[in-house]
Amino acid sequence: MNSETGSCHLGDASPTARATGRGQISIRNVSKLYDPDGARVLAMDNCSMEIEAGEFCVVVGPSGCGKTTLLNAIAGFHDITAGEIFIDGELLCSPEKKAPPGSDRIVVFQNGALFPWFTVLENVIFGPVVQGGIGKKEAREKAREMLNQMGLHGIESNYPSELSGGMRRRVEIARAMMNDPRVLLLDEPFRAMDALTKTVVQQFLLDLYDKCRKTVFFITHDLEEAIFLGSKVYIMTTRPAKIKTVLQVDIPRPRDFRVLSSSRYMRLKKECIEAVHEEALKAFAAGEREMA
Amino acid sequence: MPQGSGQGFNTVKLKKKIFSRATFRGIAAVVVFAVLWELCSRFQVPIIGNVPPPSSVLKELGQQLANKAYWLSWKDSFIRILTGFIVAQILGIPLGLLLGVNQTARELIYPVFEIMRPVPPLAWVPIAVIFWPTNELSMIFVTFLGAFFTVVLNIIGGARSIDARYLRAAYSLGSTRGDIFWKIMVPATLPSIVVGMTVGMGITWAVVVAAEMIASRSGLGFLTWQSYVAGDYPMIIIGMMSIGVAGYLSSALIRLIGSRMTPWLRSF
Repeated sequence: MNSETGSCHLGDASPTARATGRGQISIRNVSKLYDPDGARVLAMDNCSMEIEAGEFCVVVGPSGCGKTTLLNAIAGFHDITAGEIFIDGELLCSPEKKAPPGSDRIVVFQNGALFPWFTVLENVIFGPVVQGGIGKKEAREKAREMLNQMGLHGIESNYPSELSGGMRRRVEIARAMMNDPRVLLLDEPFRAMDALTKTVVQQFLLDLYDKCRKTVFFITHDLEEAIFLGSKVYIMTTRPAKIKTVLQVDIPRPRDFRVLSSSRYMRLKKECIEAVHEEALKAFAAGEREMA
Repeated sequence: MPQGSGQGFNTVKLKKKIFSRATFRGIAAVVVFAVLWELCSRFQVPIIGNVPPPSSVLKELGQQLANKAYWLSWKDSFIRILTGFIVAQILGIPLGLLLGVNQTARELIYPVFEIMRPVPPLAWVPIAVIFWPTNELSMIFVTFLGAFFTVVLNIIGGARSIDARYLRAAYSLGSTRGDIFWKIMVPATLPSIVVGMTVGMGITWAVVVAAEMIASRSGLGFLTWQSYVAGDYPMIIIGMMSIGVAGYLSSALIRLIGSRMTPWLRSF
């Protein structure tokens, strides 16, 4: 990792911080065929997405539709069976090439993956320390600074088990940001949270995004969340996942909870619900557990 | 926001714990037990009446506490326990991790391990006496076996049940295989290592006492058996109680070490 680009200029929202020009993702005709014991399950069918550098992109779809498969392919956990994924113009994956996981594409998981045996500070410096090129002391200072800027001071020496769910998720996002990733991959990160905590963490993510304009690839089953957070919302069909609609969310930033009662938001939500409802019915008929 | 984790003792809490109703009941239970036992002995209740009464056990104990030979039994047993136990950790922890992490090693070594494991450590005593040059070594070896299999088995289980999320997150953050092993596998397995140590320590005492009865001229097990042979009944009871206290102290030590090893599991 280049340490000169290592910070994301959290403090200032200057144009230089916004236009990092990194993290442009191009997903072209990607399909994924699972073949356990010859059972040929098509998880993703010919999906194409264009995500601008610094864009907040949200993917919504029914549970088991294959949206996580796509995220895992970008992260380097899964391969794909057709199509190509490019990041900043370079080929990331194709049927012949599986990208290894890397610190330029960090995932924040559905159930959280802070290491329970490390303190908050040890978790946050994990990436820079294992990647080398930066001393532990320097990493600690940088981590403290980042935690402070994110409003997470005073918990450095706590273990994750001592924090609330919302706090844990914020620390995990901080851990990802420490690596100055090209794209932040969020796999239903706020799923198991109560409504109140959820709004707090969503606001946290929005503020963070406004400060450093990373490319965000966010997966959720929650339409309201998708519109509230995203600039572009891809709505997926039931399995095999195809793109049903793309929604441009023209609500200006910075956004806060008041957006949720604006007429523009309501209109988008209605549009979105109509598109998704049809898929939800199909998913329900196909025996899926929930619209998630 | 949570405050810093609870370092140091909370004296108010400690006082509450010491002077609680549970403590009072505990003491009462012990006293009642001793009184009943004394009465059974005095009135020669069939079977139980043959057990020497607490009064004579206490009298004997008073003498023994000043007796150097009694403490030598403690020392000998503890040396056997600790040597066997520590060697079991030194060999068992790396082997357990290897078998847990490496499939090839598991396929090659585990079958042999599984054949040896069900053999009770005491069944090893005769062969151990034959192939180790001294009885002392053979006893330490048998003690070692008692802890070894438990430790290895627990670690294999712990290492194999590591959540894939942690491995993925670690790779994502740029870990090498070495980082994965030392910073993910080892700490994730520590709770299982502690469980293995706790259970292993219990087994170790059971094994050493029996081994001392069979093949030794010293130690708490020998003391107990010897007292039976000599017809010194209160001394049998003292031997038994000493083994109980020794076992309790070793478990407490392991618990202390265990909670130091896994600070993130401390409830607060």
